[in-house]
Amino acid sequence: MPSRILKKRSLIPGQTSELVLDAPHIAAKAKPGNFVILRVSENGERIPLTIADTDKKAGTITIVYLVLGKTTAQLETLKEGDDILDLCGPLGKDTDIHKYDGPVICVGGGTGIAAMHHIAKGHHMAGNHVIAIIGARTKDLLLFEKELKRFCPEVLVSTDDGSYGHKGLVTEILEARLKADPTIGEVVAVGPVPMMAAVARTTKPFGVKTVVSLNSIMVDGIGMCGACRVSVGGKTQFACVDGPEFDGQLVDFKELSSRLSAFKAMEQISYEEFKKSHVCKCSH
Amino acid sequence: MSANAPTEKKKGKAVPRTAMPEQPASVRVTNFNEVTLGYTPEMALTEANRCIQCKKPLCVKGCPVEINIPGFIKKIVEGDLHESYKVLRETNSLPAVCGRVCPQETQCEGSCIMGKKGEPVAIGRLERFVADTFMASDACEQLTGTHACSLEHEGLKVACIGAGPSSLTVAGYLSSLGIKVHVYEALHELGGVLIYGIPEFRLPKEIVRKEIEAMKAQGVEFHTNWVGGKTITVQDLIDQGFNAVFIGVGAGLPKFLRVPGENLIGVFSANEYLTRVNLGRAYTFPAVDTPAYTGKNVAVFGAGNVAMDAARTAKRLGADRVMIVYRRSEKEMPARLEELHHAKDEGIELMCLNAPVELIGDEKGWLKTLTVQKMMLGEPDESGRCSPIACDGQFCDIPCDMAIIAVGTGSNPLMTNSTPGLELNKWGYITVNEDTGETSIPNVFAGGDIVTGAATVISAMGAGRRAAKEIARRLLG
Ligand SMILES: Cc1cc2nc3c(=O)[nH]c(=O)nc-3n(C[C@H](O)[C@H](O)[C@H](O)COP(=O)(O)OP(=O)(O)OC[C@H]3O[C@@H](n4cnc5c(N)ncnc54)[C@H](O)[C@@H]3O)c2cc1C
Ligand SMILES: Cc1cc2nc3c(=O)[nH]c(=O)nc-3n(C[C@H](O)[C@H](O)[C@H](O)COP(=O)(O)OP(=O)(O)OC[C@H]3O[C@@H](n4cnc5c(N)ncnc54)[C@H](O)[C@@H]3O)c2cc1C
Ligand code: SF4
Ligand code: FES
Repeated sequence: MPSRILKKRSLIPGQTSELVLDAPHIAAKAKPGNFVILRVSENGERIPLTIADTDKKAGTITIVYLVLGKTTAQLETLKEGDDILDLCGPLGKDTDIHKYDGPVICVGGGTGIAAMHHIAKGHHMAGNHVIAIIGARTKDLLLFEKELKRFCPEVLVSTDDGSYGHKGLVTEILEARLKADPTIGEVVAVGPVPMMAAVARTTKPFGVKTVVSLNSIMVDGIGMCGACRVSVGGKTQFACVDGPEFDGQLVDFKELSSRLSAFKAMEQISYEEFKKSHVCKCSH
Repeated sequence: MSANAPTEKKKGKAVPRTAMPEQPASVRVTNFNEVTLGYTPEMALTEANRCIQCKKPLCVKGCPVEINIPGFIKKIVEGDLHESYKVLRETNSLPAVCGRVCPQETQCEGSCIMGKKGEPVAIGRLERFVADTFMASDACEQLTGTHACSLEHEGLKVACIGAGPSSLTVAGYLSSLGIKVHVYEALHELGGVLIYGIPEFRLPKEIVRKEIEAMKAQGVEFHTNWVGGKTITVQDLIDQGFNAVFIGVGAGLPKFLRVPGENLIGVFSANEYLTRVNLGRAYTFPAVDTPAYTGKNVAVFGAGNVAMDAARTAKRLGADRVMIVYRRSEKEMPARLEELHHAKDEGIELMCLNAPVELIGDEKGWLKTLTVQKMMLGEPDESGRCSPIACDGQFCDIPCDMAIIAVGTGSNPLMTNSTPGLELNKWGYITVNEDTGETSIPNVFAGGDIVTGAATVISAMGAGRRAAKEIARRLLG
């Protein structure tokens, strides 16, 4: 069923945008941790995107995407009022949310910050004190700081180049925090694979429960194909139905990174052809 | 048997079974067009005349939905294809599909009296011929004389979850009785395995789409991208006032082998590979965006229809060598006979009595080598097939850059786990009343692969029909 784009907001021009979609049947059911699979055109690929927020009353869901290849580039060409051809969800297990005595730290990197937002909100709604640690390469690439500040008592920022907040990596802030506060209940990390792996390494000595949200390649999203399989604690799990959130200490990140490159050559062909046929109409 | 041997027997015996025209193997491995081309009217007439019109037809007993086989064949002989199609549709809502994919050799044709001494009547090919002739015109119109069948029973509505052959049968049957049916399908296309599993070269998608169009004309409402258990639950449907719910979500959980190296790049479940190629139409990449991997040396594990489809697909996508690696011997292969023949003609190698033990990759995680172990056949197991026994120390390494696992599927828990009170058996399949198809929840029915485990199109349709009849009985009296 097509889904109308009600609002579009460019977060990083030409690179990352936020869409508010009219999808009452998905909004009614969506919980933190869930994602959708969408298809932009008749010949398009099915791609998964996290539900970054929902408004059950308005019947809308929010997605945030980074333009990486053909499908996300095509998505970027759509405007308010346009329809997304296929939108399926909510998929994936809900985030396992408990009330902790101590704070919950939610770490987000890059576009993962938006995906983390919904999880952080869920922890906040459950009464947890949520500390957000977000990072990007540089200040202009930082997302969702304002949105997180709405309910997180603390939003800590790091940039690789030091243009804003702490100069360095999110894991450095995280480690300092874990050292300073032994009551941390849980750490959640969403972002690029190397970041999530680093977060898991950082929390390991502290023995804090660490949840990561995996972005393996998906096809159906309902457990029928196994494209999304990941090794967790030596067992094969399907990220789309058994996850996408798993215990960070048990995930085989090396295998995940390698599997993410499976179609690289062909993705490149798709994207190049798209760029050729679709001369960018924006600023330049 | 003698009661079944009428006087015209000689007439049938003299004429050999009419061969099916097909694309030559060397040509068809370069395209995705249908392999078999279908009978001409002359061929159909010749073949139809081979049927001796048994008084107690054995073929009908062999057919899971008991098509009046001599009846529809007789109408071909009489030149009344319209009537013939009507006879087919009396018990089979998807004859153009069944004519192509049913394992006729173990069903109707396997029971045909003509097969006892010679070759059975080509019932499946005739079924396809008649159905194809009528696909060309509007099926709904042919059946009812009008374009749309009006809703006769305001206020009655039935929901189906999944849009495979079992649900489609329920939808077709109930809507033809004037009951509103809503079908909720998780994927973006309708048809289940007929769309995402069975390849274009064996079952053109156009046929499935036409059958579905006919159902839309009959008033069935389809909702794609709705996931049962996620977007909508059985309880939601009951709360929305549906009088009955039918669960036909198939058995889509791919089994893996649990051998080392299974998560290397280049190793796929048959479901993933076929879904990419069929649903995503990856065989036209980059005209479409869904890529499929193309290996040079491809190993397919398993020897059922799914394995044959995957192997023949890989061949068409440019593989140099495609091997079916199977633990038992050719005799035990569960695939439809025709598919096995076609696969061999297309140059697929059968590597029988071999089992994969390890998949080995390079430092980047890409599959490079397959290690297999020799097997021999032992005593028959409970399925009646000889169980394979590993031969100690007999291993062999084969260059292999793509492997497809087609060793069966299990029950997908997504739907069943989200339905409290739904009784399942120890394998996770839904238990139903054998006569009605009703589950442990009143007015919630189930059928097809989610009840039986991976089976056949026709058995899924049979289950759909049984449930639909019961639903109609309860709703209409
Ligand atoms: C559960 C989940 C949630 C996600 N949430 C978000 C999100 O909120 N925002 C966001 O920007 N991205 C998210 N992603 C990643 C997003 O799906 C990919 O970036 C997208 O598929 C890229 O498609 P493309 O055609 O633009 O690029 P492509 O050229 O196809 O691919 C670029 C890269 O994206 C990855 N990728 C490609 N196809 C898929 C696929 N079908 N499934 C998953 N990854 C793929 C590969 O690593 C590839 O190298 C999520 C992924 C998963 C699995
Ligand atoms: C590759 C392949 C080749 C085959 N070849 C043959 C053959 O030649 N002859 C033959 O007789 N049989 C063949 N079969 C088997 C046959 O296709 C199946 O037995 C039959 O399709 C089962 O029908 P079904 O209605 O139970 O389910 P399916 O056809 O599996 O359809 C189930 C539908 O439900 C949808 N679904 C799943 N979960 C949900 C959910 N939670 N919510 C909503 N929808 C959902 C699925 O997307 C799918 O569309 C083959 C199977 C495969 C995979
Ligand atoms: S198809 Fe075979 S078994 Fe059936 S009526 Fe004809 S001859 Fe008899
Ligand atoms: S995406 Fe197919 S099983 Fe997860």
